[in-house]
Amino acid sequence: MAIPSYATRGERIWHYVFLGLCALIFLFLVGPLLIIIPLSFNAQPYFTFSQEMLTLDPAGYSLRWYEDFFTSSAWLNAIKNSFIVGIASTFLATILGTVAALGLSSRHMPARSAIMALLISPMIVPLIISAAAMFFFFSKVNLAQTYLGVVLAHTVLGIPFVVITVTATLSSFDTTLIRAAHSLGANPTRTFFKVVLPLVTPGVVSGALFAFITSFDEVVVVLFLAGPEQRTMPIQMWSGIREQISPTILAVATLLVLLSMLLLTTLELLRRRSERLRGISPG
Amino acid sequence: MSESSAIPLTTADGVPLKTSLRRAVRRSRVKAFLLVSPLLLFLVVAFVMPIFDMLWRSVDNPEVSTQLSRTVTALEGWDGESLPGEEVFAALAEDLREGQEARNLGLLSSRLNYEKSGMRSTISRTARRLRTMEPPYKEAMIAANDTWGELDTWQVIQREATPWTLSYYLAAVDRQLSPEGEIVKVPEHLEIHVSLFWRTLWMSLVITALTLLLGYPIAFLLTSLPLRHSNLLMILVLLPFWTSLLVRTTTWIAILQSQGVLNDLLVGLGVIADEARWQMIHNKTGTIVAMTHILLPFMILPLYSVMKTIPPSYMRAARSLGGRPFTCFRRVYFPLTIPGIAAGGILVFILSIGYYITPALVGGQSGRFITNTIAYHMQTSLNWGLAAAIASILLFVVVVCYLAFNRLIGVDKVKLG
Repeated sequence: MAIPSYATRGERIWHYVFLGLCALIFLFLVGPLLIIIPLSFNAQPYFTFSQEMLTLDPAGYSLRWYEDFFTSSAWLNAIKNSFIVGIASTFLATILGTVAALGLSSRHMPARSAIMALLISPMIVPLIISAAAMFFFFSKVNLAQTYLGVVLAHTVLGIPFVVITVTATLSSFDTTLIRAAHSLGANPTRTFFKVVLPLVTPGVVSGALFAFITSFDEVVVVLFLAGPEQRTMPIQMWSGIREQISPTILAVATLLVLLSMLLLTTLELLRRRSERLRGISPG
Repeated sequence: MSESSAIPLTTADGVPLKTSLRRAVRRSRVKAFLLVSPLLLFLVVAFVMPIFDMLWRSVDNPEVSTQLSRTVTALEGWDGESLPGEEVFAALAEDLREGQEARNLGLLSSRLNYEKSGMRSTISRTARRLRTMEPPYKEAMIAANDTWGELDTWQVIQREATPWTLSYYLAAVDRQLSPEGEIVKVPEHLEIHVSLFWRTLWMSLVITALTLLLGYPIAFLLTSLPLRHSNLLMILVLLPFWTSLLVRTTTWIAILQSQGVLNDLLVGLGVIADEARWQMIHNKTGTIVAMTHILLPFMILPLYSVMKTIPPSYMRAARSLGGRPFTCFRRVYFPLTIPGIAAGGILVFILSIGYYITPALVGGQSGRFITNTIAYHMQTSLNWGLAAAIASILLFVVVVCYLAFNRLIGVDKVKLG
């Protein structure tokens, strides 16, 4: 953001004040996420920096909370459950959502905006309401406290993300490409696999990632619907924070921050790939 | 033109063009709908039906009419002026005996206890003593428990015999029915829900305002930087967006608690004394700070997408016409960003009033939201009817905001990341 040449002295001062303010807000946004990374290596069972840590004494640092995490059967079981539920519900949500997005992006879709509003509503309805409603209903049909119940609930929550990302991808899809492929002699199957699929895949994959992270991070519905066997990672963290607060939570949190960085990078790469394929040059 | 239209245009196989076109459109409509239908069916079964089931549960009132069916029948035509006669007591004895044998008096006694406190123990005690009771039941029951000699016990039973009730909604807004059937306020020490509703709305407004205050400059900075730099800064916005909610809440516990990072820093700098550490968590401050942080990206992203569409030349034109910088901002730039403010504001507000996890973990007593009460009635007090009624009221507020959002912005314009 360059300062225009006609700026007065007051404006110049304001410009730097503004940049300073923005830096502070960015610190507020990202600082908390970065602060837990060193804290998770604390040798003491506290949530704050010890004297040894501040003087960079190696004795102040340890990997004991990571060891705690990787040797605890409760945590490992919770990770396993999170992956089972996450992958299963992502799979369901991606298939249902992508097929529906294909229909929704048709010009002739009847009642398009009403249906879209319904499909997105699981994202808007407060989780506690969805959780309570599903608990009441799933108990009646014996789905409460089962893996299937949790998977179905998470599928519902993941669907809006898949629908939004895939319809966005499809809306910018240039249908003349299909005609061009046909005119060059490709049959419909070949066109689908060689032209349509490569262009749509990034959207589908990022929708799936959104659905997965939604399920992986979801507490409220699992809290109501799951039995002791379906304890997922967020539930383990939740009870850890509520009951016996130990820095193992910080170790888990650090791992999750790294995971989200990884996901974010993947998404960014996908976005660039999709832009390159469409011939939009990145800035 | 009108003459030539007498000979209708046809396709190669002789079908009129109009018909053929209509057929093609219908075919693609059906095809599009068939593609959407699996998901639609799934959502109706797994989401819409549960929601309606919950709405129904908030007015459903089966306990008295099914479990005290004989009593209710015997009470028909009772004037409510004096105690009912022996036949009603005998019917009650029969009903309670049957319930005691089937061991399902729990729901009934809790249900009546919501209407008249003390009914739970009255019913369980009477049911236990029934074995040794002899007719006439009227005297025996009143002797066993005074409650049966009170007029309003019977009025409550008669009133709650209807298959559906509004009493959960009344309880959700701190009202109850008096024995005379009028809607009155509950005693002051029991008033909790209305103030919690207001607190939830008020704190959500504060959080929305704070995210706007912090998000506006960031969105502005992101739009005015060259794309290369703004992409990098965008990652800083998206990283918290992608990080687990529990992680973000945990970090605020680590930072704000009284032995936490911020208090240690302030003590170390000598700003506050060691004994006078600030209480910044398990109260309103904790909830507001943590939720502002968590919801900030939801404000920045819509603001950014609107600001990106405002040509920078507008501001230059305003300046060249002699406007002072602040006037130009206020009169030209700011009005153009109002759609973004509306989108971000409604989004943050909707998300905020439905938040449960963060207020539950960092809110303490004074930072609780209405959602925490729903969870309490679901899990601890087991008053599911009341939980459903509070949830329905909250759902109504959210749906109104959602419809406003849809009208103003349109859900199909929602973008992620």
